[in-house]
Amino acid sequence: MLPLVGGRRLNLVRFSFLLLRGALLSFLAVIMTKLAQWLWGLAILGSTWAALTTGALGLELPLSCQEVLWPLPAYLLVSAGCYALGTVGYRVATFHDCEDAARELQSQIQEARADLARRGLRF
Amino acid sequence: MASLEVSGSPPRSRRELEVRSTLQDKYSVLLPTYNERENLPLIVWLLVKSFSESGINYEIIIIDDGSPDGTRDVAEQLEKIYGSDRILLRPREKKLGLGTAYIHGMKHATGNYIIIMDADLSHHPKFIPEFIRKQKEGNFDIVSGTRYKGNGGVYGWDLKRKIIRLYRKEVLEKLIEKCVSKGYVFQMEMIVRARQLNYTIGEVPISFVDRVYGESKLGGNEIVSFLRGLLTLFATT
Repeated sequence: MLPLVGGRRLNLVRFSFLLLRGALLSFLAVIMTKLAQWLWGLAILGSTWAALTTGALGLELPLSCQEVLWPLPAYLLVSAGCYALGTVGYRVATFHDCEDAARELQSQIQEARADLARRGLRF
Repeated sequence: MASLEVSGSPPRSRRELEVRSTLQDKYSVLLPTYNERENLPLIVWLLVKSFSESGINYEIIIIDDGSPDGTRDVAEQLEKIYGSDRILLRPREKKLGLGTAYIHGMKHATGNYIIIMDADLSHHPKFIPEFIRKQKEGNFDIVSGTRYKGNGGVYGWDLKRKIIRLYRKEVLEKLIEKCVSKGYVFQMEMIVRARQLNYTIGEVPISFVDRVYGESKLGGNEIVSFLRGLLTLFATT
């Protein structure tokens, strides 16, 4: 990994700051960028989860519900991570290797050079 | 067989309209080049072969940004060999960037479809008739090549993003107007903007061959700049 020294760390911080500021501005301007949409969605889900788990709404949920709800964000995060890694791994493993395309290209290159030389091209 | 009038009288049937519009289609290939003295003759030869074999009306516009290796000289020879109605040279003084190269090329394009590709043999022109067929089939505004579906794939591991696409001329003009990024992020942004504008996009499986396979091109830098580009698009579109 690239070492995060001095200038690079500052650039990273600046970059993230710019992204978040952009998200806030786009949100306020009502033309929502994808980032703004995601943040908005997360804010809604996050506040719902917080309200339900801290009992702020005064609702008495059955214990089994509470037991599932509390670690839900962590479970979802880990599942999302596993899905992402799994998909990438699968796609890399099943990526087609085109050896005949490479061979065909090489032979056509020979053909092209011969034909062009015949037509007067000086390489 | 009755001869078809290409211009003038109104079409007598829908079939005639289709045939007439096919007869009038012209495909302009934009080839921005920088130091492609070796590859340029080969890519042009392959393009001419694919187009002539399929009977497609075409032109190839070479936009050289003042290459120091003599690319322009080779381009001039190709123009003599294939004719200046097929090979159009529209060079520039120095390296001015990909986006402006496309704008410059489009000003001189007389086709109603534009094909954008790299001059370095990363994509084989044999796929272009397939692109054209796909475009007609689904009446798509854009057709993009993909290495990830169907029998697409790669030979060699060049992480650089190479893109081959067919656009309707007016669609490309509109998109270039709207895009703000530079470099290859600009190519990614074009697709994002196209979706926002509800243009239809088709895909054709292609194979990407790294011709000089054997040299290592894996660089952490490419991954970082790709992710940066992606995050920038995520936050700005």
